[in-house]
Amino acid sequence: MERNIAYVALFAALIAVLGFIPPVSLAAGIPPITAQSLGIMLCGTVLGARRGALAVVLFLMLVAVGLPLLSGGRGGLGVFASGSAGFLIGFPVAAFVAGWVMERSTLPVVWAAGVGAVIGGIGVLYVFGIAGLSVMLGKTVGEAAQIAIAYLPGDAIKVVLCAFMTQALARMRPDALLSRA
Amino acid sequence: MLALTSPVETVFHRIPAGVKLAVLCMFTVGLFWVQGWPAMTGALGAVLILTLWPGRIFARQALGMLLPLWPFGVLLVGWHWWTEDLARGMVILLRMVTAVGAANLVTMTTRLGDMMGVVERLCRPLGRFGVQGGQVALAMGLVVRFIPVLGDRQAGLVLAWRARSARRGAGWRVVPALTLGALEEADHVAEALRARGGAG
Repeated sequence: MERNIAYVALFAALIAVLGFIPPVSLAAGIPPITAQSLGIMLCGTVLGARRGALAVVLFLMLVAVGLPLLSGGRGGLGVFASGSAGFLIGFPVAAFVAGWVMERSTLPVVWAAGVGAVIGGIGVLYVFGIAGLSVMLGKTVGEAAQIAIAYLPGDAIKVVLCAFMTQALARMRPDALLSRA
Repeated sequence: MLALTSPVETVFHRIPAGVKLAVLCMFTVGLFWVQGWPAMTGALGAVLILTLWPGRIFARQALGMLLPLWPFGVLLVGWHWWTEDLARGMVILLRMVTAVGAANLVTMTTRLGDMMGVVERLCRPLGRFGVQGGQVALAMGLVVRFIPVLGDRQAGLVLAWRARSARRGAGWRVVPALTLGALEEADHVAEALRARGGAG
C-alpha cells in the first residue's frame, strides 16, 4: 500500500517537474512539444496501467485545485474549460492503456513501450482530445480531427522517446519497470 | 511554488468553496446551453465585472491567466474567417473565454486548503471502491512536497550536463535520469511511510 502511494505520488510530481523543461518548437504553426505529455506516457509504461493512471489523476487533481503545474505555468479549473480539456481528461486513460499494453504484451520492452505509447498516447488520447476540441470549439468531429493533426508530429517523436527511455530505464534498473514486474 | 489563489482578499473568498463550485458548474453548463450573441456577451460581461471588481492587481492576474488561450483564438478567428461566418466563430470564442474566466475566478478566490476539503468530501462516496480520503490527501501532500525535491534534482542534472558539454541546455536528456530519481525516491518514501506506521 505504502509503495503504491509513494510511486503514484512521486510520478505525479515527476509529471509536474517535466512541465518545467522548456518546450521545443518543431516548426512555425505546429504546437510546441512539451516533456510533460512524455511524462504521461512514461507513467503508463513504467508504472503499469493502474498506478500509471492514478499518478496522472493525482496530478490533474492538483492542477484542478489550483496549482500551476501544467507546462507554461497553467492551472486551476479554467484549463478544464479550454479547448485542450479533452486532452487533459484523456491523459489518465492514455496512461492506463499504455500501461495495459506494456503489462499484457510479451514483446521486448522497447517495442511494447512503443506500441503502448502509440495506442494509448496517440490513439486513445486523440479520441478524447478530438471530442474535447469538437465540443469546446464548436466543430464537427472531422474538423476537430484536422485541428488535432497539428499535434501529431510532436506526439510521434514522443512515442519514440518514450520507447527508448523505457528501455534505458529497464537496462539501468531491471526491477524499475513495475509494469513488467 | 505558489497556488493560483489571489493574495488580494475579495468578498468571494468568504463564500464556501462547495457553493462556488456548484455555481460554476451550473454557469458552465448554461453557457453551452444558450446560443447567440446577446446571452454570450451578457455572460462575458458578468464575468468581466466580477474580475475587475476586486481591483487592478486581481484583474491583471485574472487576465494573465487567460493569455494561454491565444492559439485557440487565432485558430477560431482564422477558421471562421475562411468559412465566412466570423460571427459564429466569435460566439464560440466568447463562450470559451467566459467559461475559462469564470473557472479561473473560482480558483483565484478559493484557498488551496478549502479546495482540498472539497476533494476529500467528493472522495468519500468512493470509499466503497477502496479509495480512502485520507490516502488521497496523503498522496496530494506528498506530491506537493516532492515537486521541489525533484525540481532540485532536475536542476542538478542540468548543471552536470552543462559541465560536460559545450552545447546549450540539457532539455529532454535529463528525463530518464529524473525518472530513475523518482523511482528511487519512491522506494525511500514507501519505507519511511511504513516506518511511521503505514498509510492506513
